[in-house]
Amino acid sequence: MLKTENLGYAYAGSPPLRFPNIDCAKGEHWLVLGESGSGKTTLLHLLGGLLSPKEGRIVLGDTEMNQLSRSALDQFRGQHIGIIFQTAHFVQSLSVGDNLALAQSLAGMKVNRERIRELLSRLGLEHKLRSKPSQLSVGEKQRASIAQAIINQPAVILADEPTSALDDSNCKQVIELLEEQAQAVDATLLVVTHDARLKDHISHQISID
Amino acid sequence: MNLLKLSWKNLTNKPLNMLLSLVLFGLGVGLISLLLVLNDQLQEKFEKNLAGVDLVIGAKGSPLQLILSSMYHIDAPTGNIPIEAATPFLRDGHPIIETSIPLSLGDSHRGFRVVGTEPEILDLYNAQMAEGQMWEKTMEVVAGAAVADELGLKIGDTFKSSHGFDQNEDLIHEDAESFIIVGILAPTGSVIDQLLLTRFSSPWAVHEHGHEEDDPDHEGHSHDDHDHEGHDHGDSEHRHDHSSGTEEPYPEDLLAYKDKQITSILVKFKGHNIQALNMQRAINENTEMQAATPAIEINRLYALMGTGTKALRWLAIVIIIVSGLSIFISLYSSLKERRYELALMRVMGASRGRLLALIILEGLLLAVLGYLLGMTLSHGAMYLLADQMKETYQYTFSWTNFLIEEAYLLGGALLIGLVAALIPALQVQGMDISDTLADG
Repeated sequence: MLKTENLGYAYAGSPPLRFPNIDCAKGEHWLVLGESGSGKTTLLHLLGGLLSPKEGRIVLGDTEMNQLSRSALDQFRGQHIGIIFQTAHFVQSLSVGDNLALAQSLAGMKVNRERIRELLSRLGLEHKLRSKPSQLSVGEKQRASIAQAIINQPAVILADEPTSALDDSNCKQVIELLEEQAQAVDATLLVVTHDARLKDHISHQISID
Repeated sequence: MNLLKLSWKNLTNKPLNMLLSLVLFGLGVGLISLLLVLNDQLQEKFEKNLAGVDLVIGAKGSPLQLILSSMYHIDAPTGNIPIEAATPFLRDGHPIIETSIPLSLGDSHRGFRVVGTEPEILDLYNAQMAEGQMWEKTMEVVAGAAVADELGLKIGDTFKSSHGFDQNEDLIHEDAESFIIVGILAPTGSVIDQLLLTRFSSPWAVHEHGHEEDDPDHEGHSHDDHDHEGHDHGDSEHRHDHSSGTEEPYPEDLLAYKDKQITSILVKFKGHNIQALNMQRAINENTEMQAATPAIEINRLYALMGTGTKALRWLAIVIIIVSGLSIFISLYSSLKERRYELALMRVMGASRGRLLALIILEGLLLAVLGYLLGMTLSHGAMYLLADQMKETYQYTFSWTNFLIEEAYLLGGALLIGLVAALIPALQVQGMDISDTLADG
């Protein structure tokens, strides 16, 4: 489903980063573990098509992502990849519901208000449909960013350090929620983290140094 | 969700920033539009009221004042001229004069001027009788369309005129015979709509009544008590033999009353040959009268007005540039704050081109809204100004007239919006989403 081969990237003036090959099947949940500075976020950005690899290839389904043109890659990412960032980002001028509608619209999909309502309800955020992002608590923001990532029922969900700032109880809640939602849309989940607590939750694991 | 809705939401998310940009833009556009509309309508009034008149002959004084008072009826006359001196220009069969219309000014009724003249004045302004008939006797009046409309005048209505051109109840000629409306003109869009036209002899008849102060039974006021601008009926003798209005006090043609005076003569030449061109100089140098060319004086007026108009236009341009700068600053600073959300939009599938279009749309939206605000301000101001100017000058100005130049102004506004948005938009296009999100 999601496969990388000999993936490498280099920032100007820094030694090149090389990543282990990944081969995740549809619906599998994977953990990518690594210390700070090991290149975890770079890997996530490469997998999400936010960076172009200097070498190697990334294949999602039947599509070799690094062969796509810039605009085709943008569209592909919107439709097939959902990304959850360490800090939740939203369009501040829009309500939570409109942020999800924007995600549908930018991916070239039809805005489906019913799906938005249903998804927010599943995440316990139905009452926040018309709230602005600034009116959400930290936990609500995290759930809203999960909704934003899965609204288009992506093939792959990439999560960057989703639990690193949380206590044990919240960490468990969030990772369970992520796994549950990925399962609901039958997506491959890949969590990039240095949080060792997640080792007990996700069996497929890769370490990067 | 379309880009327009998103742009609107982004703009209204910072309402004060948006308001500042809009007000500045609206002020600049509004000022330019107001100048354009005002200038256009003034020029149209001036040109329409030129009515093919080549020369105006009147008392010595300011030539511009003579033109403004005799052709546009917005200033006091320079004085009067004796009919004896004016006779060569009023007599039929002049070799170079096609038409000459005498005017006697000095009185008004509720702010509208009463003009003693000859029926040929109607041809000068292509005026048609809407109802009633042309005057036949002294004190009979044909009302211009706007006067009749404004004052609700009907055939058979009577009124007493007052001295000068201001509305002042104390200056009404209570002792004079009343004027009677015998005709109402169809609208022409020219100054004649604003006039009460009467036989050349009516001002003399009114004036003579006013001078009956020696009559102990006559309780009326004296003209000599009134020292007011523009009032000089120009008779040199008093006649007290017309008391009923049924008896014509001045049965002869104008030229028969050589000892009387008129205010001015509107002259139309047969052709523009050298003799016609020399006539003005000849009158100015060899007579006690002055002659002025309307086209030259109006151009002089434009030149005088032009300095002020030009200064205002530059001020408006400066305001528009400042407002363009304000749009730029507002977009630029808001983009700095919104860089994460713009990167997020890229993550969600927005292409670089789409983000470029979004920012440009925000600039254009501000420009269009500023333009609409400017148009509202300018035409609203015109609405208020039109009422005030009508009160002062009896001219009708329209606030609903839109000019093609105002459409060009929209083009200019859009261009400024585009230029102001271009730099922030290009900056967004070059943004590295990975770097931006890694910073967040």
